[in-house]
Amino acid sequence: MGAFGYVAPGSLDEALTVLSEHASLGKRAQVLAGGTDLLVQMRGLDREPRTIVDIKKLAETNRVDIGAQEVFIGAAVPSAVLNENQALVDLYPGLLEAADLIGSTQIQGRATLGGNLCNASPAGDSIPAMIAAGAVCVIAGSGGTRELPVEDFVTGVGTNALGADEFLVGLKLPAPGPGTADAYLRFIPRTEMDIAVAGCGVSVTLDGSGKCTAARVGIGAVAPRALLVPAAAEALIGSTLDDAALQAAGEACSAAASPITDKRGTDVYRRKVVGVLCRRAAAIARDRARQA
Amino acid sequence: MSKVQVTTSINGEEMEFLCEPQQTLLEVLRETLSRTGTKEGCATGDCGACSVLVDDRLVCACLMLGVEAEGHEITTIEGIATDDGLHPLQQKFLEHAALQCGICTPGLIVAAKSLLEKHPDPDETTIRYWLAGNLCRCTGYDKIIRAVQDAAKELAHPA
Ligand SMILES: Cc1cc2nc3c(=O)[nH]c(=O)nc-3n(C[C@H](O)[C@H](O)[C@H](O)COP(=O)(O)OP(=O)(O)OC[C@H]3O[C@@H](n4cnc5c(N)ncnc54)[C@H](O)[C@@H]3O)c2cc1C
Ligand code: FES
Ligand code: FES
Repeated sequence: MGAFGYVAPGSLDEALTVLSEHASLGKRAQVLAGGTDLLVQMRGLDREPRTIVDIKKLAETNRVDIGAQEVFIGAAVPSAVLNENQALVDLYPGLLEAADLIGSTQIQGRATLGGNLCNASPAGDSIPAMIAAGAVCVIAGSGGTRELPVEDFVTGVGTNALGADEFLVGLKLPAPGPGTADAYLRFIPRTEMDIAVAGCGVSVTLDGSGKCTAARVGIGAVAPRALLVPAAAEALIGSTLDDAALQAAGEACSAAASPITDKRGTDVYRRKVVGVLCRRAAAIARDRARQA
Repeated sequence: MSKVQVTTSINGEEMEFLCEPQQTLLEVLRETLSRTGTKEGCATGDCGACSVLVDDRLVCACLMLGVEAEGHEITTIEGIATDDGLHPLQQKFLEHAALQCGICTPGLIVAAKSLLEKHPDPDETTIRYWLAGNLCRCTGYDKIIRAVQDAAKELAHPA
């Protein structure tokens, strides 16, 4: 067993060099963003010494760029800073709502969307919302940069698609066109500070006549990883997002779920609740899209 | 073990310390620097007893490494009162008996201070959500809410 180390690289290349050197020597390195998962784990179940690679000093990971076609959110920007960015809140009210649900004010001062995603908890609140918003991971590695849709990034409970010499630089989202809006809802037994029993993110696009022309639905906490539910989107597209369409989308979410039973809820309960959340989130997204 | 040298500012004072890479800011404050005003309740981010400000942003000192303090400005409960006396929040916590055992109090006062900087005139719901990460096992919270409301008034219209 070695000792703990800490590095805070000042450039992307430097960060990649540290990661690939560790990988080639078979030594453990772990990326640190806000630390709100990592520090808890380091003092709990996973005490093994490692080199901690702090990505908060990189220009790329601190960027938030709002372009006409595309929006980029750096992997080191904490949730509280994102929610202070009104332009971003206006574009993705649902995603920012999800970020705002992550823990307390204190947690939001540190927690990042990238950390929520890389940590790959089945209940990570921002993951279904990112899926709904069509977010794509921008991944840097020694072989260059690659991109991967958020719904393909998490591979299982606590695991993701990153190689040992790679890290997440940020998230790229399509800029929402006219008539497009999103929403995220989760259910917890309390009003704050709890882990989702079920969560659902929905993004919809309405044409001038109020017909839904595009939709994405993501669900969380009801399967080993957050899922994109194409059948729910299909139930919405072509409709005016009336009650029948919302009902069908909710049923598609319930059908796609494969939840566990634990102290927060049984599998039957979770399956039902995720359908209800889908209906309600879709209605919120619809009402927002009418204004967008 | 190789210690890291860290240069930071704590309550406006330039400071250097040595710490292990895995030590939390909370451990450094309490054990290395003997600043024991900041409390440890859970060490897992749940209770808020360790609340401090980093560059004016509210965070849990138990969820930040000591080495991450490099180049930043840390404010702890010891930096809240001035030479002129207690901060209005501290005074109002006393007047409203918003504490019993007191273990949550430093964290609550630091958290409330950052609340009042962002929302000088918060309603009760705003206060309760902002302070949701600060647990108190003694008071039942109502007196804390009253103290914060009263301090907000005092800060807006000093007596
Ligand atoms: C009290 C408390 C309440 C919480 N409440 C919620 C909640 O309501 N909902 C919720 O979803 N979560 C919650 N969390 C969990 C946590 O705050 C979130 O998952 C948070 O978004 C993690 O982000 P971070 O930046 O702190 O990640 P970190 O802790 O820095 O990292 C998390 C993991 O991801 C890896 N990682 C981070 N960034 C990168 C990157 N750029 N590239 C590669 N790997 C990376 C790290 O190595 C680590 O394994 C809570 C945590 C606490 C302590
Ligand atoms: S000791 Fe840090 S939140 Fe409890
Ligand atoms: S006064 Fe005892 S925990 Fe708050």
